[in-house]
Amino acid sequence: MKKFTTLNSTAIPLHSENVDTDQVIPARFLKAVSKEGFGKNLFYDWRYDDNGNPKSDFILNDLRFSGSILIAGKNFGCGSSREHAAWALGSFGFKVIVSSFFADIFRNNALNNGLLPVQVSEIYLQQLFFSVENDPRQKIVVDLEREMISIEGKGSHQRFEINAYRKTCMMNGYDAVDFLVSRKNKIEEFEQKRNGGKMEFWNSVTDTAFPPSIIPV
Amino acid sequence: MGKTLFNKIWDAHVVESIGEDMDMIYIDRHFIHEVTSPQAFSGIEKRGLKIFRTENTIATADHNVPTLDQHLPIKEQFSRRQVERLTENCVKHDIELYGLGHESQGIVHVIGPELGLTLPGMTIVCGDSHTSTHGAFGCIAFGIGTSEVEQVFASQCLIQSRPKTMRITVDGKIGMGVTAKDVILYIIAKISTSGAAGYFLEYAGEAIRSMSMEGRMTICNMSIEMGARGGLIAPDETTFEYVKGRKNAPEKLSEANLYWEILFSDDDAIFNKELFINASEIEPMITFGTNPGMGIKISETIPADQSLSKALSYMGFSEGDKMLGKKIDYVFIGSCTNSRIEDLRAAAQLVKGKKKAAHVSVWIVPGSQAVSRQAQREGLDKIFIEAGFEFRQAGCSACLGMNEDKIPEGKYCVATSNRNFEGRQGQGARTILASPLTAVAAALTGKITDARALLS
Ligand code: SF4
Repeated sequence: MKKFTTLNSTAIPLHSENVDTDQVIPARFLKAVSKEGFGKNLFYDWRYDDNGNPKSDFILNDLRFSGSILIAGKNFGCGSSREHAAWALGSFGFKVIVSSFFADIFRNNALNNGLLPVQVSEIYLQQLFFSVENDPRQKIVVDLEREMISIEGKGSHQRFEINAYRKTCMMNGYDAVDFLVSRKNKIEEFEQKRNGGKMEFWNSVTDTAFPPSIIPV
Repeated sequence: MGKTLFNKIWDAHVVESIGEDMDMIYIDRHFIHEVTSPQAFSGIEKRGLKIFRTENTIATADHNVPTLDQHLPIKEQFSRRQVERLTENCVKHDIELYGLGHESQGIVHVIGPELGLTLPGMTIVCGDSHTSTHGAFGCIAFGIGTSEVEQVFASQCLIQSRPKTMRITVDGKIGMGVTAKDVILYIIAKISTSGAAGYFLEYAGEAIRSMSMEGRMTICNMSIEMGARGGLIAPDETTFEYVKGRKNAPEKLSEANLYWEILFSDDDAIFNKELFINASEIEPMITFGTNPGMGIKISETIPADQSLSKALSYMGFSEGDKMLGKKIDYVFIGSCTNSRIEDLRAAAQLVKGKKKAAHVSVWIVPGSQAVSRQAQREGLDKIFIEAGFEFRQAGCSACLGMNEDKIPEGKYCVATSNRNFEGRQGQGARTILASPLTAVAAALTGKITDARALLS
């Protein structure tokens, strides 16, 4: 995974709430068996008409706006768990998504792909929309180390929160699989303790101790 | 202070705490399907890793499978390749596969419980958001992305933040002609598609207790549509009865029950949020918009609200319209929400001896081969066919526009599935979510109809 520290970029405002992952990438484009090439189908049904021509009223087709930050309405990424949505956003060129709320699974998927979800207050989100829509050249600065997002040159900023573990992973490009594999001994110890080394815990529940925290006291 | 059921199960699965509410939790069952697994397989292969616990991993093919002529090769090349890739991967990595042609194949969330693979007290994940379905058995079950599928492959563990807990209590009895689907659509309409975001739900109360396992699965299935990580229901006699004797269920059930029977939220457990609903408020529900929260009681009119204008223009409806009487083109009874034997029985009972409206196409798609066989044993397939419905083979079908079963652009489909997003059932398709009873009523009359008028 790529490291992420700070980003200074113009942004694209997607003024819709509850953008579900079926819109981010429709199901018919999920048939690939690799992670590549999803960017061209990002927001396909909003972006193109029946003949495959760009729809002029969709923001990604508005030439005034560009950049690697997407600003979107509340509850971004709801619906299907498809990680293809994060792949499509990343391969299109986005590095940061800003919203006032992210759906759980999407947030994890984004973080697992080096795409930073920045959650701001509803008021600040409206400020961002306003600034960027008013001036498409307006730069937005995202500083992960300081957990701060700001509107460049405007002195307007807001702190965002990110879990410490997630932050370390993002900043250093660490990967969860590496971490988990490094804990193999701990995992085996857990299995051993719980079911005497037998994998089929659920078949042998009676000849082992209950998970200690479940025993009523 | 007591513990919630969710926290009891979670705590029993923490391998290690990573601080700030992040835990490494152990996963008891990992279901996989063809769409969200190929990149995870290539991921571990690239790293030179093996699947850590193959025996905890179970695969099926469901999203891409056709629901007619399943004995023939899949026509669409990319769908076929994805299903073939799953088979290759399962063979290579020694994973049990209930693939196309297998007698137990079906939608992943239908076959798990059916085969006794879903059991109380477990942690269950799958690269699919409706994994929440399995919570009906009193387990922690939630959907994950492909990177997380890879993490489970590599370690049988996941690093997750502990969600908050919310209890939704549905007290009282539900009325005649009102189903589990109506209960959950009612809850979602009440609290919106993001109303449970950040929470893990527990459903409780008399109305939930008195539901069958099928009904409970319908409820838990749609937890994700409120933004919840998942939802669960404490196991009870109904749960144990369902599990008993299933293929993978524990042999010594009575003794295993000792463990299962302490799976409940303590009386003094504190939830971060509580919601109380009186079952008698609930009526058959119907959606009019483009997310599952845009639902009303079937007799109500579409509300006036500026924020609905995009959805209404997509659907071709206007504020103030009555949903009752709207003409429809397709009816789809299927999906992991409502494709179990009980759903088909309820539908058949209402259909018996009647004919569908001439202009409507009706697809009945059982959730699994086992449901399909059971329906045939009971003669339900004949009732459907005599009414002019199509009785198809098991798969996700028209729930998502991925396989051959798509709703044409601009057409209206009353669906028993869980999502009415723009284009969900095919580009430009207009989806109206409802219960199997409401779907049958629409099939018979060709328009949105209150099924209670047909129940006698
Ligand atoms: S039936 Fe629909 S919601 Fe369920 S697993 Fe299949 S595609 Fe997903």
